[in-house]
Amino acid sequence: MIEARNVSKAFGDHLVLNDLSVKFEPGKCNLIIGQSGSGKTVLMKCLVGLFEIDSGKVLYGDRVFSRMSFEEMKIIRQEIGMLFQGGALFDSMTVEENVMFPLSMFTNQTLPEKLDRANFCLSRVKLENANKLYPAEISGGMKKRVAIARAIAMNPKYLFCDEPNSGLDPLTANVIDKLISEITQEYNMTTVINTHDMNSVIEIGDRISYIHKGQLWWQGDKDSILKSDNPELNQFVFATELTRKLK
Amino acid sequence: MIKSFLFHIGRYILLMRQVFKKPEKQSIYIRQIMVEIENLGLDSVGIVAFISTFMGAVLCIQMAFNIDTPLIPLYTIGFVTRQSVVLEFSPTIISLILAGKVGSRVASELGTMRVTEQIDAIEIIGINPATYLIFPKVIAAVLINPILIMMSMILAVFGGWLAGVLTGLVSSSVYVYGIKAFFESYDIFYAMVKTVVFAFLIVSISGYHGFYTKGGALEVGASSTKGVVHSSIAIIVFNLILTKLLLA
Ligand SMILES: Nc1ncnc2c1ncn2[C@@H]1O[C@H](COP(=O)(O)OP(=O)(O)OP(=O)(O)O)[C@@H](O)[C@H]1O
Ligand SMILES: [Mg+2]
Repeated sequence: MIEARNVSKAFGDHLVLNDLSVKFEPGKCNLIIGQSGSGKTVLMKCLVGLFEIDSGKVLYGDRVFSRMSFEEMKIIRQEIGMLFQGGALFDSMTVEENVMFPLSMFTNQTLPEKLDRANFCLSRVKLENANKLYPAEISGGMKKRVAIARAIAMNPKYLFCDEPNSGLDPLTANVIDKLISEITQEYNMTTVINTHDMNSVIEIGDRISYIHKGQLWWQGDKDSILKSDNPELNQFVFATELTRKLK
Repeated sequence: MIKSFLFHIGRYILLMRQVFKKPEKQSIYIRQIMVEIENLGLDSVGIVAFISTFMGAVLCIQMAFNIDTPLIPLYTIGFVTRQSVVLEFSPTIISLILAGKVGSRVASELGTMRVTEQIDAIEIIGINPATYLIFPKVIAAVLINPILIMMSMILAVFGGWLAGVLTGLVSSSVYVYGIKAFFESYDIFYAMVKTVVFAFLIVSISGYHGFYTKGGALEVGASSTKGVVHSSIAIIVFNLILTKLLLA
């Protein structure tokens, strides 16, 4: 379980997160939704410690993450996998080297062992025969899959995905969503996903948190989201013709 | 202006403290240092050799041109060429050229990694990105630049010999006598101290600008320019300081 308790974060005098509290449960796809600029990425970066929070707490189980030093955070970070909005693959490394990177840094595995693990993770995301290619040589959807493979290489307990399917066609986006959902259940991970894609919400939204004005505005699952009477949430959910027809 | 200068100096010092933290896994760092020696050092051999040879030739011809009284012995040409090369031309001018080449490379590499979140990705994995990315580059430059500068000295003196002999301004034996005359090993020591300090400045300052890039592709370009300009300025300032300390 990951918990944010009364978290505030401002940039200058622009308050992005305002006393926000939210919990994320294990074995579920915890979705964070909200308009562009509502602070989803900022929240996620606060959760993993890339941004320092101004006040409040971030907890992993009963461990208070937000007060830790870099050295202490390191232990929890080895249990974290993260998929960045742009993939963030290392340009200077091949696909398999990217996936093996965390293993090289934190385990004493031999090269064949690491390759084994990398190949397993790559096959898990259905990406074969791309091992020797560089990130510049593969497509956007493939990059996302490599990034997922790298994120799960160390068998994380916590998986963070920032817009895993932005910029992908609906079919590939759906494949990625399903993949994340499967992995989450298979390894009982606590998965947190930022998205503003209603398809993902309806496909994999086990637990959905709607962020508005820097606060948790609504929380529920994929069934209740279509029946909610929260006006701001409805504005977001039924913004398109497609979802209106769904209703 | 002063406030921003102090802000950068402070943040630079804090970054350097991160850079020299104990690395996570030493075997990885040794491999990284090797890679950087290739990227930052071996890649510069060609340009350094080319510039040094030609500048040495020009220095020699200018010296010969300036000596038009028979009161000054001709071996002075070799002597003065050697002195200018060892004391100033190779350690300072070549370091400035390396600041352009290596500095822009380091700053844009780190800047790109920052704006594409690769630095965040390293941090999330639990690795200190400042140590992982900057430390091997600093060590590589500090190790390889003295070799590059030594090579530059030899080639520049050789270029002078080539120009002097081919144009008939000075005979080979007189030039060689000149380059051996009044040799002080302290001069080499002085040149090497400068080289090592400049190597550190180039990589750490441009690394700093790259590491703290904010924004996108445009800002990466700006960081790269800042890295080159600020490390060049630092070289010029430290050149004066070190010369005062070591020679005066
Ligand atoms: N490093 C930063 N410095 C200053 N302001 C920032 C920074 N990062 C984000 N912000 C501000 O915080 C707000 C929320 O940004 P954030 O990236 O979290 O939005 P988002 O919900 O992820 O949007 P999107 O769906 O478009 O990715 C924005 O108004 C942005 O300007
Ligand atoms: Mg975002």
